[in-house]
Amino acid sequence: MTETFTLKGRTGDWEIVLGLEVHAQVASNSKLFSGAAVGFGAGPNEQVSLVDAAMPGMLPVLNRFCVEQAIRAGLGLKAKINLKSRFDRKNYFYPDLPQGYQISQFEFPIVGEGEVTVDRIDGSSFTVRIERLHLEQDAGKSIHDLSPTETYVDLNRSGTALMEIVSKPDMRSPEDAAAYVKKLRAILVTLGACDGDMEKGNLRADVNVSVCRPGDYEKFRETGSFSHLGTRCEIKNVNSYRFIQQAIHYEARRQIEILEDGGKIDQETRLFDPGKGETRSMRSKEEAHDYRYFPDPDLLPLEIDPAWVKEIEASLPELPDAKKARLMADYGLSAYDASVLISDADVAAFFEEAAKGRDAKLVANWTLNDLMGRLGKDGLEITASPIPAADIAGLVELIEKGTISSKIAKTVFDHMWAGEGAPAAIVDKHGLVQITDTGAIEAAVDALIAANPDKAEAVKEKPQAIGWFVGQVMKETGGKANPAAVNEILKAKLGL
Amino acid sequence: MAIDAATVRKVARLARIAEPEERIEPLVQELNGILQWIEQLAEVDTDGVEPLTSVVHATLPLRDDVVTDGGDAARVLSNAPKSTDGFYVVPKVVE
Repeated sequence: MTETFTLKGRTGDWEIVLGLEVHAQVASNSKLFSGAAVGFGAGPNEQVSLVDAAMPGMLPVLNRFCVEQAIRAGLGLKAKINLKSRFDRKNYFYPDLPQGYQISQFEFPIVGEGEVTVDRIDGSSFTVRIERLHLEQDAGKSIHDLSPTETYVDLNRSGTALMEIVSKPDMRSPEDAAAYVKKLRAILVTLGACDGDMEKGNLRADVNVSVCRPGDYEKFRETGSFSHLGTRCEIKNVNSYRFIQQAIHYEARRQIEILEDGGKIDQETRLFDPGKGETRSMRSKEEAHDYRYFPDPDLLPLEIDPAWVKEIEASLPELPDAKKARLMADYGLSAYDASVLISDADVAAFFEEAAKGRDAKLVANWTLNDLMGRLGKDGLEITASPIPAADIAGLVELIEKGTISSKIAKTVFDHMWAGEGAPAAIVDKHGLVQITDTGAIEAAVDALIAANPDKAEAVKEKPQAIGWFVGQVMKETGGKANPAAVNEILKAKLGL
Repeated sequence: MAIDAATVRKVARLARIAEPEERIEPLVQELNGILQWIEQLAEVDTDGVEPLTSVVHATLPLRDDVVTDGGDAARVLSNAPKSTDGFYVVPKVVE
């Protein structure tokens, strides 16, 4: 049982309660209701149809692929697929929403309750209950800094399909919230429903934060009554794991300060400012939204043939939970290594390719520590790795065969990273083959002892001083001597 | 359910319709009249009747996920009161 995340206040301990609404852009070619392209980097208003621009008389026609992806995502969340759902209009005015309403699903979403099992770094796991998943349109983009007096509007994103995935308030720490998004992302990317690119905003989270006293949350879970929880604030559009955690930390502290000063929390929408690391109020209370949802008269209810759901279910790829179990069973990996591998389907695929016939634990270490570390430093994805999986396999093979030591392997890895090619060729070219020839090592040891008789005498009294000799021999051989052989020979020659 | 002047003002504001003050009271009367008329429908017993979602017996058409539209910013912008470099330009709005 992991300890409950607690924040210390002046008046005692506080706990936090988190619920997330994740917006995941459907990886479709065209928009939810129009044939305009979905994509990044096109010129302003180049990916806009007259439907997206809300010209009079234009009618929405639903994209089958988007419906299919919502169903796939629903199945991936072990959720109920609602065979009958409906599109509603969510009414508000903003320049980047030309319709004056967003087409969304309010009362009858396409996907109902489900759940996600989330892995923590310590190997433990917890469950987040999913309340619903629905399809909706994204808005356009307003640009406020191109002119001091005007706002520029680009509708390219307008009408792009989003899946909004709403969780129950089941997360209790900033780390758990980030881990949940990570797992959700892995599921959606594996399914191909969303590309998961958070930097481009294709996956982003609205984080609901409230604080309560120890014991209150348990009462809430028992009774289902929100009266046991504090008033929540919603932090909009947070698009990285780090920002999610920072925003939650800041917001929880802010709420605790207010409550401890005898104030009360206003339920409101807030924005996270990554530069300052703080959240600020987005809308005043007076402007509180009244969306006046009603069924969209342009769209009939969405009815799904159960046979289609069965067909989709049969076509699902191996999902992260199943993959984790398989990696642990087939390769003997730890729960932690397996959960890191499944958090990115590409990393898992890379690992499996490299691990074929090799020591899987070694391959996992080289992939997760050395390679991922380097890639992370250079901001590269594993798909852009300058070192192919076959070369990681080759490197591990050289270690397994004793051709190189783990230490030399680091050097070989550096050459591989520099683009020098296959590890075996690098070892040849730089003469990095481990010296296992005992004759050569013995010669080096003999020379060393002859040159340092006093030290050789001293080591008999203080056996741990052998370390100095090992270091010298390794230095003498350019680090290529087999450390186990060096130790053995030294012990024999020094009479230990 | 009855509508008062404050509700009329609120609804007008939400719909961005400017109603002069002298129109408010007549609107209260008109809207209450409409609501009363609709409430009469509640007298019909609809127990066990599925809500009617459409008067046509059609299923929601779905289209294939192919790009068939867009790529014509000039056309999209042709009715805009102001545009610059392919953007719509509107009075400054800041959240």
